[in-house]
Amino acid sequence: MELTEFVIKTITIFVVFVLTLVIAMYSTWGERKVAGFIQDRMGPNRAGPGGLLQPLADAGKMFFKEDFIPALANKWLFIAGPSLAMLTALLASAVIPFGSTFKWDGHEVVLQGVESNIGILYVFGVVALGVYGIMVGGWASNNKFSLLGAIRAASQNISYEVAMGLSLIAILMMSSSLSLGEIVSQQHGGNWNIFYQPLGFIIFITCSFAECNRVPFDLPECETELVGGYHTEYGSMKLGFYLFAEYINMFVSSAIISVLYFGGYNYPGMDWVYNQLTAALGSETGHNVATLIGTAVFFGKALFFIFFYMWVRWTIPRFRYDQLMNLGWKKLIPLAIFNIIITGAATLFLKPLITAWLN
Amino acid sequence: MNPSLSFFYFLSFLTILSALMVILSRNPIHSVLYLILTFFTLSGHYILLNAQFLAAVNIIVYAGAIMVLFLFVIMFLNIKQDHEEARTNISKIAGAIVGGTVFVILFGAYRKSVVPSYDPNQFDSQVGMIESLGQLLFRDYLLPFELASILLLVAMVGAVMLGKREIGERHF
Repeated sequence: MELTEFVIKTITIFVVFVLTLVIAMYSTWGERKVAGFIQDRMGPNRAGPGGLLQPLADAGKMFFKEDFIPALANKWLFIAGPSLAMLTALLASAVIPFGSTFKWDGHEVVLQGVESNIGILYVFGVVALGVYGIMVGGWASNNKFSLLGAIRAASQNISYEVAMGLSLIAILMMSSSLSLGEIVSQQHGGNWNIFYQPLGFIIFITCSFAECNRVPFDLPECETELVGGYHTEYGSMKLGFYLFAEYINMFVSSAIISVLYFGGYNYPGMDWVYNQLTAALGSETGHNVATLIGTAVFFGKALFFIFFYMWVRWTIPRFRYDQLMNLGWKKLIPLAIFNIIITGAATLFLKPLITAWLN
Repeated sequence: MNPSLSFFYFLSFLTILSALMVILSRNPIHSVLYLILTFFTLSGHYILLNAQFLAAVNIIVYAGAIMVLFLFVIMFLNIKQDHEEARTNISKIAGAIVGGTVFVILFGAYRKSVVPSYDPNQFDSQVGMIESLGQLLFRDYLLPFELASILLLVAMVGAVMLGKREIGERHF
């Protein structure tokens, strides 16, 4: 790899990392603001203008609290739990395409951590690993409530992974590629997958709520039944890591949703904007500015889905555990299989008919 | 030594170390976690062999699903209390004999097997990629592939039948 490409790639990865952390940090602020708005109160408004410094204050509080490890806990695994949760949460953003390409000095670099031809499988693998942080931490706490929370998290994640994978297969059948960059570039020109896969989208977003342990699927930390769930024994920054990992997961899954179903960095009229910019600013600068606009659009979509997560959290009450399992196994999985059959039939029979009719 | 060769030795060292730790650690939870680490290092080997699909599927299926269930069951059983009677000398000797026999069989099979010689000119970097794997599975090996899927389906239906609540049985 050339040095220029290497430098641009390094900067991209660093910016992606920092942005993920900053967005996760300000999601905690946004969550409380959204909660305040929905419940007709102010939300945080003391630290800084509009409470904007509240995340910093929270982080400071978390850092300076006593770092406590219970006497009967398994010490190493107790520390490994939150670290694993944080690690798996941050891993997934490596393959997300944040924008098209960046041109510099004759080189063209993709705005993506790793351009891999198994991108979506990688994300799926990392999501599947996400449960270890919770399980290890919950078991190592040596507390019945923590263990119950961990077990709930494990069974919930495994159950919803099946439906999630099946809903992804319909997308893969349409795009015939596992690379996220390829899936996004195929949605160019308003060909967003949401128009072809509305049912798959509903299944996918439901499953991603469950995978992130968000309301209405936050059974692992259901405080009316389990004190605090898997993080009952945690305090200080270790608790902070668990909570922070949840917000990072939320951002990553919002980004994945906008990549898979809402065209990623594509937006209506982007070709016109691209032509105007390259005509006005020259082919290199214009291209880069157009890419940056696409990236901003991508983040806008991802932020909307983060808002959607919060909106649902403050609107819908929590499910009961048997309802959760029934929804996962008896409704979502058959629906996802049905969606696969419909997609296959449509690509085989409907698509040739429509193309013949249009020509 | 070129980087990929030294990386191979490092990965192999990690693989063997974590595989040994699976059987040497006293706590079953630690054993499971070391087994997960072993799967990760094996995935690293697959990536070195340019088989990305196999690496990802290994992580998803083994580390992501099967080992979670292992951990799940072991956490429920809580084996820590009754580990004293399980660690008698007889069980240790029996384990050593069985493990040693398996090792001898595998080693003998390895010695007897003929590995086709490697030709760098014939090397195709795309052979482990998902496209060529899909072509192979759905064209050349379609019947074995479908039969394997039917076998899995039968096993799944059997598991559901076994777990099903019969009419009149108590609802906990």
